[in-house]
Amino acid sequence: MTGAPLLSVRDLHVAFSLRREGDWPWTAPRKLHAVNGVSFDLAEGEVLGIVGESGCGKSTLARALIQMVPATGQAIWQGKTDLLSLSRREMLKYRADIQMVFQDPLASLNPRMTVGEIIAEPLRTHHPELGGDEVKLRVKELMDRVGLLPNQINRYPHEFSGGQCQRIGIARALVVGPKLVICDEPVSALDVSIQAQVINLLMELQRDLGLTLIFIAHDLSVVKHISNRVMVLYLGRMMEMAPGRDLYAAPQHPYTQALLSAVPIPDPVRERAKVVIPLSGDLPSPLAPPSGCVFRTRCARAKAICAETAPQPAAGDHLVACHFPGPAVA
Amino acid sequence: MALLDVKDLGVSFTTNDGTVNAVNGVNLTLDRGETLGIVGESGSGKSQLAFAIMGLLAQNGTARGSVKFDGREILNAPAAVLNPIRANHIAMVFQDPMTSLNPYMRVSEQMAEVLVHHKGMSKSDALAESLRMLDAVKIPDAKGRIRLYPHEFSGGMRQRVMIAMSLLCRPDILIADEPTTALDVTVQAQIMQLLVELQREFGMATILITHDLGVIAGFCERVMVLYGGRVMEAAPVHPLFADPTHPYTRGLLRAIPRVDHEGGELDSIPGSPPNMTRAQQGCPFAPRCDYAGDDCVQALAPLTEFAPGRWRACNRSLEELA
Repeated sequence: MTGAPLLSVRDLHVAFSLRREGDWPWTAPRKLHAVNGVSFDLAEGEVLGIVGESGCGKSTLARALIQMVPATGQAIWQGKTDLLSLSRREMLKYRADIQMVFQDPLASLNPRMTVGEIIAEPLRTHHPELGGDEVKLRVKELMDRVGLLPNQINRYPHEFSGGQCQRIGIARALVVGPKLVICDEPVSALDVSIQAQVINLLMELQRDLGLTLIFIAHDLSVVKHISNRVMVLYLGRMMEMAPGRDLYAAPQHPYTQALLSAVPIPDPVRERAKVVIPLSGDLPSPLAPPSGCVFRTRCARAKAICAETAPQPAAGDHLVACHFPGPAVA
Repeated sequence: MALLDVKDLGVSFTTNDGTVNAVNGVNLTLDRGETLGIVGESGSGKSQLAFAIMGLLAQNGTARGSVKFDGREILNAPAAVLNPIRANHIAMVFQDPMTSLNPYMRVSEQMAEVLVHHKGMSKSDALAESLRMLDAVKIPDAKGRIRLYPHEFSGGMRQRVMIAMSLLCRPDILIADEPTTALDVTVQAQIMQLLVELQREFGMATILITHDLGVIAGFCERVMVLYGGRVMEAAPVHPLFADPTHPYTRGLLRAIPRVDHEGGELDSIPGSPPNMTRAQQGCPFAPRCDYAGDDCVQALAPLTEFAPGRWRACNRSLEELA
């Protein structure tokens, strides 16, 4: 880790304007803050896991970085360019450096294109100078790299299984030689036995090619296996961020503790002995998040101050956004 | 006599791509108050097995074999025979609570309807009983919320409504098909906790169908592992996890990423699940199995009991797998 981080995100906000049914035409649209003031640095070659439950803003956060949704704040690429201030045209240059792998392997592939065409498309967009033979060579190389048979190049996506489709998606993301790959729930649609294959493939590619990964998932065990550092999101805000080992061994935020305690363990002895920390109530509406700390309505440690000010994490390796951080008390 | 006795159950579907044999020769028994977990990956036939028992197969599906409930044959029975058994004796909870509740009806109406129809209760008695059941599944302020529509509940609360509805007639058997798959992990923990408590309180036998071995580990006494529409292994929960005897079960347990283990490379199972439109002769797992020989491609070993309550279908002996 030398010099500026690969990506430095500061105070990222994403807000959607919503009109609700029954609103008058002149009522101001409501603001839904999907991501609320998230900051982090991403070092080159690092794997950052982002976990959280549905609606916590983890996908929106990733999409904001490549301007798939409008965002405010800063995302400084390699210490120089603010990705969020770029025009569409200028952004295109950086899209070759930042690629994405999506959740639904089949839906993210064009059913009318052959595998070869799908994987070649980013190359043709970003390197139009390459000749047909060269493109084909690169495509075959990558197919081989991700575990697809190069003789399958003329097949269509529907002829492949879910796991293989995800391999195609990975090959498409890697063909332009990106520095950062954002994986948005890349294995959650896959069965366990296939999921392990794809996780291993991603880990191997990350190591061999020196890729930086943002790995988004709702499954904490999957994230644990692949990430160096993990960020926990709740209602669009960062609750805790720490090196994976610290976060899983000694979570400091009550939400992280509850989340971890809820993960089922495939071992009847441990699963039946473990204590699940209950979360009271339901997830509040993101249209009207609680004042102060957004987690306070469901937190056993909440006191008066939690309703007044949102906790700011102290600097350091292990960031905790909580007024009363500390180990779980059973 | 077992409460539910399934013998040699097969389910096949006629499709444009040929006949799909979703379930092949499955046997299972369920006693009163017992909890059975059925685990398998997508396409393993675990849901179709449940649908066949309940007589809910799609139009192009046919079921063979025998399903006896309390000694009575109910497989392919006419609706006149099945309807009194459904809800009254065997109830089902589905994966997606939003699509299984009627969006146009208030929860009160949907719930009361069950009791009016099956038990012949008066509307007001039915409403009172529905309210008691919503309290039992711990929906806060049930009295105020029973008049709401399904979309006004969160995902977890909707699944609680589904569970309350399935328990209204105090069934002998509850079949829960992936009841927590659509839910977040903290909500899943709450729903599974609720199912454990309700199972204790009402004493119904429960079949839990899931792809998640972690959920099985916390809930079930016995487990059946399905692959390619066949039973690979069946055993009480502790030996199944501590000492799996089938190469597929072993591979599956090793492939799961776990929060209580160190990270690092996972042991994946090579290859992909079988194409169910092709007729299978041998063991469906043979193409992915490290121990498979020619005999495995030719014929599937019958499911045999090698120790009390522990069954496996594998041509390789335990010594050969060691």
